[in-house]
Amino acid sequence: MEDRILLAHGSGGKLSHDLIEKVFVPVLDNPILNKLDDSAVFELGGQLAFTTDSYVVSPIFFPGGDIGKLAVCGTVNDLSMSGAVPSYLSLSFIIEEGLLIADLEKIVNSAHQAAVEAGVRIVAGDTKVVDRGSADSLFINTSGVGVVPPGLDISGANARPGDIVIVSGTLGDHGIAVLSQREGLKFQVPVPSDCAPLNRMVAEILETSADIHCLRDPTRGGLATALNEFARQSQVGIRLNEVSIPVNRAVQGACELLGFDPLYVANEGKLVAVVSPYDAEKVLTTIRRNQYGHEATIIGEVVNEHPGKVVMKTRFGASRIVDVLVGELLPRIC
Amino acid sequence: MKFVDEYRDPELGQKLIKRIHQHSTRPARLMEFCGGHTVSIFKHGIRQLLPDNIEMLSGPGCPVCVTANTDLDKAIALARLPDVIITSFGDMIRVPGSYSSLQQAKAEGCDVRVVYSVQDAVYIARDNSDKSVIFIGIGFETTAPTVAAAILQAEQEKVHNFYILSLHKLCPPIMKAILDMGEVRLDGIICPGHVSAVIGSYPYQFIPDNYNIACVVSGFEPLDILLCVDMLVDQIETEQHKVEIAYRRGVKPEGNQPALRLMKQVFEVSKADWRGIGIVPASGLSLKKEYRQFDAETNFAIDPGPGREASGCLCGSILRGVSTPLDCQLFRNKCTPEQPVGPCMVSSEGSCATYYHYGDIDGG
Repeated sequence: MEDRILLAHGSGGKLSHDLIEKVFVPVLDNPILNKLDDSAVFELGGQLAFTTDSYVVSPIFFPGGDIGKLAVCGTVNDLSMSGAVPSYLSLSFIIEEGLLIADLEKIVNSAHQAAVEAGVRIVAGDTKVVDRGSADSLFINTSGVGVVPPGLDISGANARPGDIVIVSGTLGDHGIAVLSQREGLKFQVPVPSDCAPLNRMVAEILETSADIHCLRDPTRGGLATALNEFARQSQVGIRLNEVSIPVNRAVQGACELLGFDPLYVANEGKLVAVVSPYDAEKVLTTIRRNQYGHEATIIGEVVNEHPGKVVMKTRFGASRIVDVLVGELLPRIC
Repeated sequence: MKFVDEYRDPELGQKLIKRIHQHSTRPARLMEFCGGHTVSIFKHGIRQLLPDNIEMLSGPGCPVCVTANTDLDKAIALARLPDVIITSFGDMIRVPGSYSSLQQAKAEGCDVRVVYSVQDAVYIARDNSDKSVIFIGIGFETTAPTVAAAILQAEQEKVHNFYILSLHKLCPPIMKAILDMGEVRLDGIICPGHVSAVIGSYPYQFIPDNYNIACVVSGFEPLDILLCVDMLVDQIETEQHKVEIAYRRGVKPEGNQPALRLMKQVFEVSKADWRGIGIVPASGLSLKKEYRQFDAETNFAIDPGPGREASGCLCGSILRGVSTPLDCQLFRNKCTPEQPVGPCMVSSEGSCATYYHYGDIDGG
């Protein structure tokens, strides 16, 4: 039987990785792309970071945001995670015939507001309209560029034993907020999506410490997948402490109900940072001072043991593996 | 969070662990029948916390896993019929049958939809009156009453395009079948929590009576399981084998009578085909004659052809408690959650997936 694309290939987990590594990387092979960080960093009269992303979230409006805000924040965050200062974005709209123009206006407005907040400019765009049924309401493709300050090297491959792992707040808010709006699964969660631009937080962190090794915004696949990427790229082990992982009670409740683990649920306004142990407290204080980082916490450390694996100490003192997301937890959350 | 945090309290947990270590002197092999228990045991690392003389085995209590390939083939054949919408719980979609899976059928263009409750399948039927909507009815006594309720709802609301492929299975008969096979020696059984919420604890009485094995019904939180193990150890040490409940907030000895009545109204006990075990008489549920208009097998002509088992896959003997995933040559090599060979690697409650996701750091 011929292999086909499954929804799980878009989950951000293992199948997505396999697809990238088997279909795209061997053909498009180049050292900049092959690093597989959140944005590509290269010299172009200075160090530039460049990224692209597509947004297919369903529904297009959700508590705490919409597809427009999400597209801008997601692109800004991808640039920021390379340490870049995001500057310019493009937005390309693929619109299904029949979408309300008023809805499109709302979405463009919230994209604009997010851009203003992040201090970036949307300088290029495109619209295509497709037949009813050829797209679901609205898809947005973006690209973004930013400048990486000279000498800065932030990558998933830079974690070192002894480093401290910090997460900037509660996990899973975005995934659960979007899911709560899904047809056939509507439930009330008093938690909005955490969708937010994190470039200012990153700038503040970089001002505080010269020893930031890895940054990532744990979107699809959640924190567990992001940390596994660090462990593999850096060939180190990561040890987490279950009791220190911050999860909003309502999100925890929804996860219990649905059988999800918040470690795998998507975030759109959180970052995970791997930093030198000497700067960890300083960085933590800085993140907590930012409006999107009040609940930042140290959740673990980088170790020599079990390279490539993330292991969690459970609340009873036992250990277990924390693997990458496999299969599709929830399609189309971003 | 209320009703969760208090059952995960590390201090109380430590007290129970200490008590178990103090009490337990004899070798004890305990089997958790339910996949939900297996996950919780691994997720909280409970095996590591118990004394060495206590051995824990996983049993056949994962509804997706015990579904036979030939039954999966029927579901896939139904999906390929024109004007049919298949509705199913999520895990079931990814399980490979003899030649394909519902997920593959979906990628090929068949209309296969994941639902979170059988009621959603009734709504899909109501909204798509030109299609036949078939729900893949898997699960034990826990899910069967909800399916019965959905059938009654469809009957009342005159939703005539709603059907069930009834693959429901019963827990006590399979426990008896496994004990009768005599392949595994057990000292105690961690009885399922959700199944027992429906059937109560009386139906397990034959286990201490006829097989001299300790039985305790457990909940799914770590403290529930530790308490259950503690009670099992007490029974084993004192040789006082009986059926007890360590999950009082969920289970009454007499069970849930309205749910049992619903089940009896719509279903009759029938034989069922179990992966790794084969056909076990009186271990499944079929629709009663008066509800056959909702029965997919009666109303659609399909010929899925002969089934086959994937070569080398140990799911069958893992489900009987005879092997563990670590005994399987395919585990982690040819069989991974993204490319599963057998169902125990697919289901979130399957033993292989649980070993894979939560296993020991050095590969176990």
